[in-house]
Amino acid sequence: MDLIESYREELKLIRKRGTAFWVGLLLGALILLPWVASEYFVYLLTLIAIYAIGTMGQNLLIGYTGQISFGQAGFLAIGAYTFGHLARAGVPMLLALLAAGVAAGLFGIVVGFPSLRLKGPYLAIVTLGFGIAVYQILANSELLSGGRMGLSVPKFLPEIGIPRATAVYYFHFLLALAFTLATYNLVASYMGRAFVAIRDNDIAAEAIGVNLTRYKLLAFAISSFYTGVQGGLYAQLIGYLEPNMFTFMETITIFVAVIIGGLASVEGSIMGAAFVLLVPQVFSGYKEFIPVVFGITIFIVLIFEPLGLSGRWLKIRLYWKNWPFR
Amino acid sequence: MNKSGGSKALLEIEDLSISFGGIMALAGVDLRLEEQEILTVIGPNGSGKTSMFNCISGVYRPNRGKILFEGESLLGLSPDRIARRGIGRTFQNLRLFLHMTVLENLLLGRHVHFRKNPFHAFMRIKREEIRHREVVEEIIDFLDLHAYRKARVADCPYGIQKKVEIGRALALEPKLLLLDEPISGLTAEEKEEAAYRIGEIRGRYRIAVLLVEHDLRIASRVADRMVALDYGRKIAEGTPQEVQSHPEVIRAYVGEE
Ligand SMILES: Nc1ncnc2c1ncn2[C@@H]1O[C@H](COP(=O)(O)OP(=O)(O)O)[C@@H](O)[C@H]1O
Ligand SMILES: [Mg+2]
Repeated sequence: MDLIESYREELKLIRKRGTAFWVGLLLGALILLPWVASEYFVYLLTLIAIYAIGTMGQNLLIGYTGQISFGQAGFLAIGAYTFGHLARAGVPMLLALLAAGVAAGLFGIVVGFPSLRLKGPYLAIVTLGFGIAVYQILANSELLSGGRMGLSVPKFLPEIGIPRATAVYYFHFLLALAFTLATYNLVASYMGRAFVAIRDNDIAAEAIGVNLTRYKLLAFAISSFYTGVQGGLYAQLIGYLEPNMFTFMETITIFVAVIIGGLASVEGSIMGAAFVLLVPQVFSGYKEFIPVVFGITIFIVLIFEPLGLSGRWLKIRLYWKNWPFR
Repeated sequence: MNKSGGSKALLEIEDLSISFGGIMALAGVDLRLEEQEILTVIGPNGSGKTSMFNCISGVYRPNRGKILFEGESLLGLSPDRIARRGIGRTFQNLRLFLHMTVLENLLLGRHVHFRKNPFHAFMRIKREEIRHREVVEEIIDFLDLHAYRKARVADCPYGIQKKVEIGRALALEPKLLLLDEPISGLTAEEKEEAAYRIGEIRGRYRIAVLLVEHDLRIASRVADRMVALDYGRKIAEGTPQEVQSHPEVIRAYVGEE
C-alpha cells in the first residue's frame, strides 16, 4: 500500500461512507426544512446557526486551548456594535461582518495578555471584568449605544423571490457551515494541535518549541473573531441593539453551550448552541428559571457526562455500532 | 564563534548555580559535552540533576553561570527558542499530551519544522502534514510503536508513554537530547531495551545525549563519560568505572541507602 495515499485518506475530513451518508442526510434536511417548517422554527434555526459560530469559537479557546474565559458578552457586544455602526454608515454587509470579527479579535488579543501569566479562576475573573467593562462603557456612552432609543441596524439581504425568512436562514446556514468546516480543519492542523498541547501540558508544549505567547493570543484572537461575527449577525437579525442585550447572562449562555455541547468538540458546539436556544423555548412561561435550568444542567453534565452532548452521542453511536452484541 | 578552551564543545556549562529559598540546587557546576557524546549525570535524589536540565532547557533561570550551546549563550531564552536551537528533552515525571494519540504527540514534536501557514490550517491543505508524517512514521518504526499509533496516550502503559516522550523529543531532530531518568520505573526487560535504544539513538541520529540516571549499573553501561553530582556540586567526573569507584560517589550513594 502506498503510504502517501494512505495518509491522504487518513487526513480527509470524512473518512467513512456511513458518516458521509448521515452528514449528507442531515444537510439535505436542513436545506429542505424552511419549505416545510413554520416560520418561527426557521427563525430559531437561524438563531442556532448564529450561536453555533460563536460557540465553536469559544470552544476553541476553552475546550481546545484550555483557557477559561468569561468575556463572551464583551466580544459579542463589540462585534454587534461594530457591525451596527458600520452598517448604518453604509458599509456593505460582508465587509461590516468581517470588521465585526476583526474588531472583536483585536480586543481578544488584548484580553489574552493576562492569560500569559494567569490561569484558571484568575483568568476567569480578568475576562469577566472585561465583559463588565464593555457593558458599562456602552451603557454610559450614548454616542456608542445610541442612547435610550438604542441603535437600529439596517437590514441587508435583498428580496430574491423566496420568502425573506428562508433567504435569511439560507445565508446563516451557509455561513455556519463555512465556519464549521474551517473549524474542523483548524483543529486537525498544526495550530489545533498546538492549542491542545497548551491545554494538556503547557511546559511540555514550550519544550517542544510551541511559542506559548503566540498560540495563546492566537486562540484568544480567533475565538473572539468568531464571537464578534456572532455579534454582527445577531445585530443584523434583530435589527436593533441596546447594552442590556450583552449582560453576564449572555456570557453564561455561551459558556453553557460550550460545556453542555462538550469541551473540545466541534459538533458538540453546534448541539450546545441548539440546547441553550431551545431550552428557553420549552420554559418560555418561566423565563426567570432559565439560569436555574442552565445551572442544574451544567451540574448534571459535569457529574455524569463530562464530555457533554458530544460524548453522549459517541456512546450512543458505539452502542449501535456493536448492536446486537451490546 | 565564541570559544572558551581549545576544541569546540557542543554544550559548555560553567559555574552554573541556582537556589530555591536557601537550598542550593546547583552550586557552581561545570560541564562539557562533545558532539555525539553520551554523558550520564548521576547522583542521589535531590542532588540537582533535574534542576540542571531545567536550566539548560530554559524552564529555570540560573542565578549564576554560563550555558553555551554551539558557542552561543542560552541564558534568558524561552524554552521554545531553546528547542528551536536544537535541544530536545524528556521529563522525569512524564509530560505528555495525554488526550492526544501517540501519533499526534509525535507530530507535535515536528512543530518547529512545520511551515506554518494559517490559511492552510483553515483550508485543510495537507502538503506539510504529509511531509512530517513520514518523519514521524520512521520514529514509530524505530521505537516500535506501531501497535499504539492511534491510541490515546493516557491509555498507554507506562513503558510506552516513556517511549512516546523520547519519540516526541526525537521528532524535533535535536542536536542534543536531554533524557531525565529514561529508565526509572520500567520493568527489568524494558530497562534493557531502553539502555540499548539510547545507544542506538546516537548511532542512528548522530546526536549527543545528556542523560540523567539514578541507577548506577545501567547508567554506566550506556555512557561514554560520567559526572556525579551531590548537593548541587560536581563530585566526580571521568569514565564510568572511574566515577563509580570514586570514594565520594560511593559515600553519597551509601549515605542515601
Ligand atoms: N522548583 C523548585 N522549587 C523548590 N525547590 C526545588 C525546585 N526544583 C528543585 N528544587 C530543589 O532543588 C534540589 C535539587 O532537586 P532536583 O534538581 O530535582 O534533584 P534531582 O533531579 O537530582 O533528584 C532539591 O532539594 C529540590 O527540592
Ligand atoms: Mg530529578
